[in-house]
Amino acid sequence: MAGKTLYDKLWQAHLVSQRDDGSALIYIDRHIVHEVTSPQAFEGLRLAGRKPWRVDSVVATPDHNVPTTHNERASGVAGIEDPISRIQVQTLDENCDELGILEFKINDPRQGIVHVIGPESGACLPGMTIVCGDSHTSTNGALGALSFGIGTSEVEHVLATQCLVAKKMGNMLVKVDGTLGAGVTPKDVVLAIIGTIGTAGGTGYAIEFGGDVFRAMSMEGRLTVCNMAIEAGARAGMVAVDETTLDYVRGRDYAPKAEQWDMAVAQWRQLHSDADAVFDRVVELDGSAIAPQVTWGNSPEMVLPISGSVPDPAQEADVVKQTGMTRALQYMGLTPGQPITSIRVDRVFIGSCTNSRIEDMRAAAAVVQGKTKAASVKEAIVVPGSGQVKAQAEAEGLHHIFLAAGLEWREPGCSMCLAMNADRLEAGEHCASTSNRNFEGRQGYGGRTHLVSPAMAAAAAIAGHFVDVRTFN
Amino acid sequence: MKSFTVLTGLAAPMDRSNVDTDLIIPKQFLKSINRSGFGPNAFDELRYLDKGEPGRDNSQRPLNPEFPLNFSRYQGASILVARENFGCGSSREHAPWALEEYGFRCVIAPSFADIFYNNCFKNGMLPLVLEEPLVAQIFAELYAQEGYSLTVDLERQVVIKPNGETLAFEVDAFRKHCLLNGFDDIGLTLQDAEQIKTYEAERRLSTPWLFGFAQH
Ligand code: SF4
Repeated sequence: MAGKTLYDKLWQAHLVSQRDDGSALIYIDRHIVHEVTSPQAFEGLRLAGRKPWRVDSVVATPDHNVPTTHNERASGVAGIEDPISRIQVQTLDENCDELGILEFKINDPRQGIVHVIGPESGACLPGMTIVCGDSHTSTNGALGALSFGIGTSEVEHVLATQCLVAKKMGNMLVKVDGTLGAGVTPKDVVLAIIGTIGTAGGTGYAIEFGGDVFRAMSMEGRLTVCNMAIEAGARAGMVAVDETTLDYVRGRDYAPKAEQWDMAVAQWRQLHSDADAVFDRVVELDGSAIAPQVTWGNSPEMVLPISGSVPDPAQEADVVKQTGMTRALQYMGLTPGQPITSIRVDRVFIGSCTNSRIEDMRAAAAVVQGKTKAASVKEAIVVPGSGQVKAQAEAEGLHHIFLAAGLEWREPGCSMCLAMNADRLEAGEHCASTSNRNFEGRQGYGGRTHLVSPAMAAAAAIAGHFVDVRTFN
Repeated sequence: MKSFTVLTGLAAPMDRSNVDTDLIIPKQFLKSINRSGFGPNAFDELRYLDKGEPGRDNSQRPLNPEFPLNFSRYQGASILVARENFGCGSSREHAPWALEEYGFRCVIAPSFADIFYNNCFKNGMLPLVLEEPLVAQIFAELYAQEGYSLTVDLERQVVIKPNGETLAFEVDAFRKHCLLNGFDDIGLTLQDAEQIKTYEAERRLSTPWLFGFAQH
């Protein structure tokens, strides 16, 4: 019999019952909740007269709607200027207070983007099943966990039953061997993967990221990669547990301690695919061939190395694809054949659950240190992913570097990743963004997003257009 | 939940691939704490010429005359015909809520993003997968023939075209069962409460660090 994949192991460990019709009941260990996708679930629970099954499995924080300017943030929930956002954050507070759910409230130092605070606090651990009403929940898979986004009805279902009705996905291995070149980051790796397999390439699969590149990658880098598994169509992405994982988890607030730590580690060391495990689909990339990436269109798969030029739809044989390209170029205001480096940048956003951890802050600071933002760049904001990232960055003096270079240093939240708060693009503006989605209107109505790594975004802020960070100084 | 058995209705085109949930319902509308009210803002950025904000009177906004769903021939449509990877992007259930409130009970496409696909079933909507050439054929026919309508019979798992041709489709047995009967699946899961408790008791012993979290 063939060995098991990491996903097989996680699935089997959480199987409550297998039904005849192929569906299964899966037990959920950790449920993370934020203000946007939960109000209707709590309301549904209340209307049905149900109580949460296990309150101690839930942790909540507001992130999508919270303002990131110091002034607006100073007076907490009451200070949120947009009344509808304020109600949504208040509603989360009320629901958590009423049910006794642990919540890192707006100005709690532990508050932050759901996918940043989970691993950081130790609320998300290896071997867990983790869900959240947010597609980027795939992030936590970097810990060697089965973690995926769910809709609001499922949020209610997990609250009420601690389980999900699910069907096992296929096993897919994305193997990247070799060594990354200097200046090439985890973000470039995952963008290159999406460029290769497409935004639907992982649909129906749980992706395991394996190979030299991921073994050598830091935990924060792995979180960045798994974060964007959903952009490749996979609900879940994951990386096997190794020493890097254990070193990262050890000592975190909610990580097991003492004998329980040893007990946990013994189990966690099994969290890798067996040598003879069989995957339904395998994709291999050469890590040493990956260059810094920039997206040019309205889908993350519309991505090119920095040395590339905007493609010509006329060269595309597939009609549906060709129309998509033409529409994207029109929306993005780009001309076929135009070098990527000629695209001028109006705003820069360094943040989001993809790239707002301490290593991202350091990478961006290293590029802008001693330099000045281009005058043509209207605004460049740096938004740490959590209160803890912010405190750490400030302890290292990174905020001084950003401020001296003319960048802004903000309070933690989702911010311009999806522009539900006041941070957004104006129509027609190009943004070098470290977020994960370049969909039309994502960062503001008519806004033009280019997804890049923190170092590439920082370099664009200084140069005023995209540049190859490997040769930039 | 509304049940879904047989649906006969006008079909309308959404002729682009990778339609994402931001396009189906832009994020500024996700600030609502209610489950309804999203219909008038379905496809907001394509549908209107100006920028939508929550609380605006949508009936006063300028419609985009080039957006097919605004054409008179597609008014009242209940079946949306789309291309590959429909519903990709965020997990927002507001997307199926918006489509359902707009009047769609069924979306036909060659493929769907997983979370969107799942979310549809929770809201009495059927996401229906047909092979790409069959969908392409439906697009051609619906463009050619005004008033083109389809019948979707979930029990028999067939789509019936105006010319009587039937196309079979696959659907998960459990999801079909819930949809046909309009079952609330929380209620169904709770029928297995004993099994969940047994599993949980074992897990408390094998992974004690996963319990008692909020009390730390
Ligand atoms: S940072 Fe962006 S992608 Fe991440 S959870 Fe927030 S809105 Fe979603």
